[in-house]
Amino acid sequence: MAPTISVSSLSKTYESGLVALADVSLEIQRGEIFALLGPNGAGKTTLISIICGLVVPTDGAVTVDGYDIVKDYRETRSRIGLVPQELTTDAFETVWATVSLSRGLFGKKSDPAHLEKVLRDLSLWDKRDTRIRELSGGMKRRVMIAKALSHEPQILFLDEPTAGVDVELRREMWALVRQLRAGGVTIILTTHYIEEAEEMADRVGVINGGRLVLVDDKVELMRRMGRKELTLQLHKPITEIPRELTETFDLSLSEDGTELTYSYDTQAERTGITQLLSGLREAGLRFRDLRTRQSSLEEIFVSLVRRPGDGS
Amino acid sequence: MNLEAIRAIYKFEMARAWRTKMQTILAPVLTTSLYFIVFGAAIGRRVEEIDGVDYGAFIVPGLIMLSLLTQSISNASVGIYFPRFTGTIYEVLSAPVSAFEIVIAYVGAAATKALIVAGIILATANLFVSYSIDHPGWMLLFLLLTTITFSLFGFLIGLWADNFERLNIVPMLVVTPLVFLGGTFYSIDMLPGFWRAVSMFNPVLYLVSGFRWSFYGVADVSVAVSLGMTSLFLVLCLTAVWWIFKTGWRLKS
Repeated sequence: MAPTISVSSLSKTYESGLVALADVSLEIQRGEIFALLGPNGAGKTTLISIICGLVVPTDGAVTVDGYDIVKDYRETRSRIGLVPQELTTDAFETVWATVSLSRGLFGKKSDPAHLEKVLRDLSLWDKRDTRIRELSGGMKRRVMIAKALSHEPQILFLDEPTAGVDVELRREMWALVRQLRAGGVTIILTTHYIEEAEEMADRVGVINGGRLVLVDDKVELMRRMGRKELTLQLHKPITEIPRELTETFDLSLSEDGTELTYSYDTQAERTGITQLLSGLREAGLRFRDLRTRQSSLEEIFVSLVRRPGDGS
Repeated sequence: MNLEAIRAIYKFEMARAWRTKMQTILAPVLTTSLYFIVFGAAIGRRVEEIDGVDYGAFIVPGLIMLSLLTQSISNASVGIYFPRFTGTIYEVLSAPVSAFEIVIAYVGAAATKALIVAGIILATANLFVSYSIDHPGWMLLFLLLTTITFSLFGFLIGLWADNFERLNIVPMLVVTPLVFLGGTFYSIDMLPGFWRAVSMFNPVLYLVSGFRWSFYGVADVSVAVSLGMTSLFLVLCLTAVWWIFKTGWRLKS
């Protein structure tokens, strides 16, 4: 299937000399949830801004459904809804006025029924005649999403959608994103909450210092990059790990001597678990319980963006 | 052509004016009434007729021009500056709208509001003085040309300004003096030779003069020159706006 967004060799150097993006190429598939991860200043917002027409690229090209974002901007932009990171809303207008404006701006004929549905989905219907400045921060965030959805976009960009949002609203937003995806909308979200990407994304792209470090299927990424730990609860505490075991296995002992932790690579041909277990029996160690833990996307992310020389 | 977008921005801007009607409509009416009372009724009684026109009636076109200019500029400059200031401009810039459509919508709304105010002032003037309009067609043409030109000019200020002080500096320090020195309250024939010559460099003179001619058939400069200068200024503003959108100056990095 042809990608819905195709970014090729995109670069952006701001007038200040800051290189925000360096030779980024990326394809977004139709109907997927793509999470763009990266520390602050990595270039996430610049990338989104270029695709949406807010920033002019220095080099490279972007197409949306085969249309060039510069030459065929009407085609590309009418397909895209953008929820920017900053809470930028009108202050004195009502919710209804601002979503009506958004719909018109994107060239869609007025459709009160659709706007009503969007507002209801976002629990904003009761607030439709309220001036935006009277709304709470979380409500304003919803208004911005409502604006982006008012014109029925096929692609939705959410730039840090849950920054500064309480847990309840975050859950609601995740539900909404899933609902949109079920309706065929492609969603690209940037976040520095790894939890969010882990929860939501089909694929993950990691951007750092303006370069796309990695793009991968989330599950695959976690499987490939992840390490696993097997923790064994010993029947009786020990003071030292038997030497014959430390020679072969990467083991550590908890302070109280009751837990033995084994780290292994899930991708390795042999994980060594069977061997370890027989080794334990030979050493006369019995255990009461065991558990395994897979490293999170966060740990993978940190290992990816940590630059050499950053120290520990 | 994204007509829906033009309509949406226009409607949004007009709604803003309606919401702030005290400021957009009543304030200019009050100010103009004060001018009529002070210049027309109080001082005007001691001033002879100018070019055969009663002084109170003579200042009517000038006052309308004064309001039209300041209203056009402030409506358009605030209209585009405010979304830049709050950041909501992102939406317009990411929408499938051309620069031309953005300008039509913002300038159209600013001009409409200014024309409404001009109409109200014309009606208000009727309460204080009696006047005639010899060439209504020309009057409308001058009104339209002027309000479009100065709405464009205001739009430029709104793009150029990066704080509220700058937003006001041009209207206060440039436009107001030009308007007052442009024959709003007098005929430049009343000025000494040197100042009369200086006045000829004031673009507002040509607007007021042409506009006054459409009322009473008297003018400081010929109507053709007035029309030519007004059109020239319109073209200059259009060129500047075109250049801004082409380069993305102050809009896109």
